[in-house]
Amino acid sequence: MNGENKIKAPLNPFQPEPARIVRTYPLTDDVKFFQIRIVDMNKALSFQYQTGQFAMISVLGAGEAPFSISSTPSRPGLLEFCIRKAGTVTNALFQMKENDLIGLRGPYGNTFPVKKMKGKDIMIVMGGLGAAPLRSVLLYLLDNRDQFGRVMLLHGAKRPTEMLLREEFFSLKEREDLECYLTVDEDDTGEWPEDVGLVTQLFKKLGTINPENTFSLVCGPPIMYKFVLEEILKLDIPKDQILMTLERRMKCGVGKCGHCAIDYIYTCLDGPVFTYWDVIHMRELI
Amino acid sequence: MKIVKLKKSNLFLFLEIISKEADLWAPVKKSPDKHIFEVIEDFSKINLDYTRTILPPKKIMLPANFNMFRASSTEYTPDFSHVNKKIIFGIHPCDIHALVTMDKFYSHEYNDPYYQRARDNTLILGHSCWPDEYCLCKSTHTHVVEEGYDLFFTDLEDTYVVWIGSSRGDDLIRLKPELFDEDLTDKDIQKFSKRREERDKAFAKDINFEAMPDLMELKYQSPLWDKLGEACLACGSCSNVCPTCNCYNVEDKPILGKNCSNISRCWDSCTLENYSGVAGGENFREKRSDRLKLFYTHKLQSYISKYGKPACVGCGRCIVTCPVDINVYTVSKSLDGEEVDTFWNRLSKEVTK
Repeated sequence: MNGENKIKAPLNPFQPEPARIVRTYPLTDDVKFFQIRIVDMNKALSFQYQTGQFAMISVLGAGEAPFSISSTPSRPGLLEFCIRKAGTVTNALFQMKENDLIGLRGPYGNTFPVKKMKGKDIMIVMGGLGAAPLRSVLLYLLDNRDQFGRVMLLHGAKRPTEMLLREEFFSLKEREDLECYLTVDEDDTGEWPEDVGLVTQLFKKLGTINPENTFSLVCGPPIMYKFVLEEILKLDIPKDQILMTLERRMKCGVGKCGHCAIDYIYTCLDGPVFTYWDVIHMRELI
Repeated sequence: MKIVKLKKSNLFLFLEIISKEADLWAPVKKSPDKHIFEVIEDFSKINLDYTRTILPPKKIMLPANFNMFRASSTEYTPDFSHVNKKIIFGIHPCDIHALVTMDKFYSHEYNDPYYQRARDNTLILGHSCWPDEYCLCKSTHTHVVEEGYDLFFTDLEDTYVVWIGSSRGDDLIRLKPELFDEDLTDKDIQKFSKRREERDKAFAKDINFEAMPDLMELKYQSPLWDKLGEACLACGSCSNVCPTCNCYNVEDKPILGKNCSNISRCWDSCTLENYSGVAGGENFREKRSDRLKLFYTHKLQSYISKYGKPACVGCGRCIVTCPVDINVYTVSKSLDGEEVDTFWNRLSKEVTK
């Protein structure tokens, strides 16, 4: 065996790498899909991430912000992001076209515990932009389907036009090894073929759940957590098998700038994936 | 530990020799009760008769605003122009402890090269001090130093007893060894011990820091925080003057007409309104009381579990700086159940009248 020097962190952890927008198209009125590749091929290959992690994206002249990675490490090469237009950096990103250059660094943060999740039933609950981080782990589970038990997906959006990646989810519904339920709060198109109602109403479709053997992964707007967590707790899933991924302001991603501090931890180092126990134990999380 | 003596009359000569190829920073008197660290051109401006400077030496390591990168869309070139050879002379034990805390913080998990390079290029020449009514360093156990300095000067009337704390410090002595006397007499040792004893007795304030982590937990919901939040001006002065506050913001400043940017880094404070705000309008700490809780969680609690000691080094700067008496002393005492005479206690009494 030849020894290999593994450099854990680059010499300058704040240094962005030029990356190219390979593909971009709108998902909803205010969310766009971005496929990105780091220009330097060696660095593109050494960008090894896991599900749940995030990257810092910078746009020259506008600044830098953190974004969850939506692609799965089981399909290496391109990085994918679902990005909502919400501030200075994202406004500038929305002006950019395919082949334009941005800056990228990472991956940062902790990951979904996919090793611990092996052999277990997985219930994924997503609402709105919560699909961005959870798509990564969903695709990972599907790419390694034989390693997991049941895979359940509950996805809610306000209206049909606001459901991120709906075509992708429609085609996933065809799979027999995925229990996929999609719902909208209201159907203003009159053509929505799936459920209408809150995401919490989908739980009754899941049949009997074996709580000790189930991991539940949740991400969505703050309002969703309260009601979804109530449903999950009713199922008696252990608090440390309920996982969420959280958003915070970040300027560095490596535990230095301070902005993502919660209590005694930093979301960028110790998060963004937290258990429900973390949430009730460490005030301020949600 | 190697210990030598230097005659006070030889101090400037020594400083002149060692600062030939480095910027010498030392305390300078700006008004009757204000001192600052400044680059010294004229040695006679050095004023060692001070208790604390307005800003701590963190400003010498990482200036309030400096450039991290010169960036174009194809290249991000790191900018280390804030780094040059420096010597800080006259720095007190509390501030040395703060640097040691910063050393740990900036190398935790990821190494911050902007801090690290500045630190590696800086020699620390400490100096003994005498507490005033605001010094809390005895409570934080930061009134004496065991590490983090290259040389440490203790003032004994006409001579300095100089502790050599590092190999680099020893190299400085070797630039002009004839200035130093290696023979410490019994009288010198007696003087040194007596000074230490008397200084230990001179502290007017103390805080039970050991109790603070538990009290922060137990009193997290206390109305005390609302009272503090009412009074806080959210000005960020406490963070600016605190030697262990390290939060920063990053700005992308376009250079007009050049299609490139300066990516710069500037001090920030968790007490400022938009500190925890994210794009889209959500602000996780809209209330001033919540932001103060974060500040004091970091000072009194979280560093203890992470690095084994509080982030507070007892320098007293927040006490002399906060215009509304919110500082590590009044907050700790209040958490400990004491009624302290402060602006915000008087304010809440006025309001209830």
